[in-house]
Amino acid sequence: MTTASDDSQIFHDAPADRAFRPGFVLGKVGIYALLIAWAVVCLFPIYWTVTTSFKAAPDVMQGNLIPYVDFEPKRLGWRALGLSPDTIGQVSTPRQEFLRRFWNSTIISVSASLLAVVLGACAAYGLSRFQYRFGPMRNGDISFFFLSQLILPPVVLALPFLILYRELDMLDSRIGLILLYTLTVLPIVIWIMRDQFAAIPTELEEAAMVDGLGVWGAFLTIILPIALPGMVAAFILSLVLTWNEYFFAALLTSTHANTLPVMVASQTGSQGISWWSMAALSFAAILPLIAIGILLERFIIKGMAAGAVK
Amino acid sequence: MSLHIVTDDDISDGRARRGRLMIWGSLALLVVVALVQWLDRSGALDLGLTSWRPTLYAFLFFATMLCWAQVVAKGEQGKRVLFVLPAALFVGALVVFPLIFGVGIALSDWNLASPDGRQFNGLDNLRQAFADPFYLNALWNMVLYTAAIGVEYVIAFGLALLLNADIRARKFFRVAFLLPLMLSPVAVSWMIGKSMFEPRFGPMARLARELGWDTPSFFGDPTIARLMIMAMDAWTFIPFMMIMLLAGLQAIPSELREAAEVDGASPWRRFWEITFPLMLPVSITAILIRIIFKLKLADIVINITSGGPGGATDTVTSFIFREYRDRSNVGYGTMLAFIYLVLIVVAMTVLMKATERWTKPHA
Repeated sequence: MTTASDDSQIFHDAPADRAFRPGFVLGKVGIYALLIAWAVVCLFPIYWTVTTSFKAAPDVMQGNLIPYVDFEPKRLGWRALGLSPDTIGQVSTPRQEFLRRFWNSTIISVSASLLAVVLGACAAYGLSRFQYRFGPMRNGDISFFFLSQLILPPVVLALPFLILYRELDMLDSRIGLILLYTLTVLPIVIWIMRDQFAAIPTELEEAAMVDGLGVWGAFLTIILPIALPGMVAAFILSLVLTWNEYFFAALLTSTHANTLPVMVASQTGSQGISWWSMAALSFAAILPLIAIGILLERFIIKGMAAGAVK
Repeated sequence: MSLHIVTDDDISDGRARRGRLMIWGSLALLVVVALVQWLDRSGALDLGLTSWRPTLYAFLFFATMLCWAQVVAKGEQGKRVLFVLPAALFVGALVVFPLIFGVGIALSDWNLASPDGRQFNGLDNLRQAFADPFYLNALWNMVLYTAAIGVEYVIAFGLALLLNADIRARKFFRVAFLLPLMLSPVAVSWMIGKSMFEPRFGPMARLARELGWDTPSFFGDPTIARLMIMAMDAWTFIPFMMIMLLAGLQAIPSELREAAEVDGASPWRRFWEITFPLMLPVSITAILIRIIFKLKLADIVINITSGGPGGATDTVTSFIFREYRDRSNVGYGTMLAFIYLVLIVVAMTVLMKATERWTKPHA
């Protein structure tokens, strides 16, 4: 009981914990070294952005890294964005601009994800429970029709939609983006929800229907609550994807319905933009997602792992 | 697994007729509105309509009626159709119609900036596309970018194995490894591409100078620029593959590993003869999905290099994006997108067929 490998034999957390141990090659130290190295690769850009947002020009040029040790944090970047606590009372055009974009992003991504989850959950449930025939298409074909949308690259739809929205007077409108975003995440939602519903035994509905509920009644009151974690997973994943979407937003919006990524991108293009305010803006744009990632990690993982294991 | 319900649908003739009337009536309305609008547009009528909104509303009315009529005309059976029909109508309206519409655009010479408007020009765009070195280069780049998935897969598999090992603070590492996937590619473009790899003050440039590269320039040389784009895209998407592979690893029954251990197999052989073969279906699914996402790569290219230097880092999407942004060339751009779509569909079908025997669970 002296070596590390013997030691670890005492603790059997879960069967999965013991699945693979490359310990003999690397040893515990090696494993942790690799894990920490990759964690640095993942986290350093975020750290760099946060610290840069508190730097002034000399700090950037000297490449100072550690606040309070290398340099004294300043609020230049956050003041430029109008989000610094000491100037929060003053009127600030960049802040208004930022909040408007933030609000646009929120409305568009939440509505699109909700719509996609509602449409997708219903479709996935129907496909997992009933036999359909739409013309020559049976269940397998309908499923394939939905999932094949995933392969469709956005660029194929981009220009036709540009013309279409121009004709429909829907360019630069939130509703236009919401519809497109719903379309892009719908296959992913159906993919996740199909798995969820397939795992729920049909006896539950049969019992509910014996008790007098209709098809929709059984679906809404019995099945949906059981499938809720899956729906939340699908919703969060959709939220992340739609929040980050840039391509359609850049093509189809100009002044009113701009989302946050478009704002960030437009700032990077302009000459002479100060590093600290760009860093503040970038960090403010990714902050909601970092929060979601930390708090709702298990839902995201659940969503992505769906379909991985059959 | 499907639900079998016996229903005694007793639909009266009147009800069935009313359902049919709702469908055909609203369809007729849609056709009439569209026709009137078309006449208005071509100058035969003068209603002063500025957009095609009325036709859109007529379509929405038709879609609602179609759904409602299912219940009216078919009763219980119709309620089941109602699960799938809204999603099908939604996707149909937003994909099938624009695709058909797009074929029309692709076959025309249409520059939004020119006053001539749309001119039908047959297959000229197609000929132009295959003679366009920049487009062919973008297509070739997609092959290179897709090939980089091999490296991403190896790293993701390694990370999944590490996370599956007997470690402390597993949750911390999992969240940390997941974060890159959550960040918006546009913010990542600035945070990493434009700031950390800035050639004068960026920390990576400093590091490069320390290591002996006196004039670091990460996006000046075509090969290095391409590798940089690959690396940044990998940074974003490795967590995705990692999570799928981790889920696969955790689903392997530990008895198999234990049995091999008892038989005295070395960890190296245990990996190659048990873990890896069992992981093959998950691996292929993860790689296929990753390829699909990779083929949409555009955001970081648009924001960091704009395809440069000299189109060396262009993806098909970023190239078409600039074709529209810089030259308003809608017709040509759409044709390029359609060629890309056909290539993708062919390639993905071949890939999926070729890997089918590994991804399907054994009968």
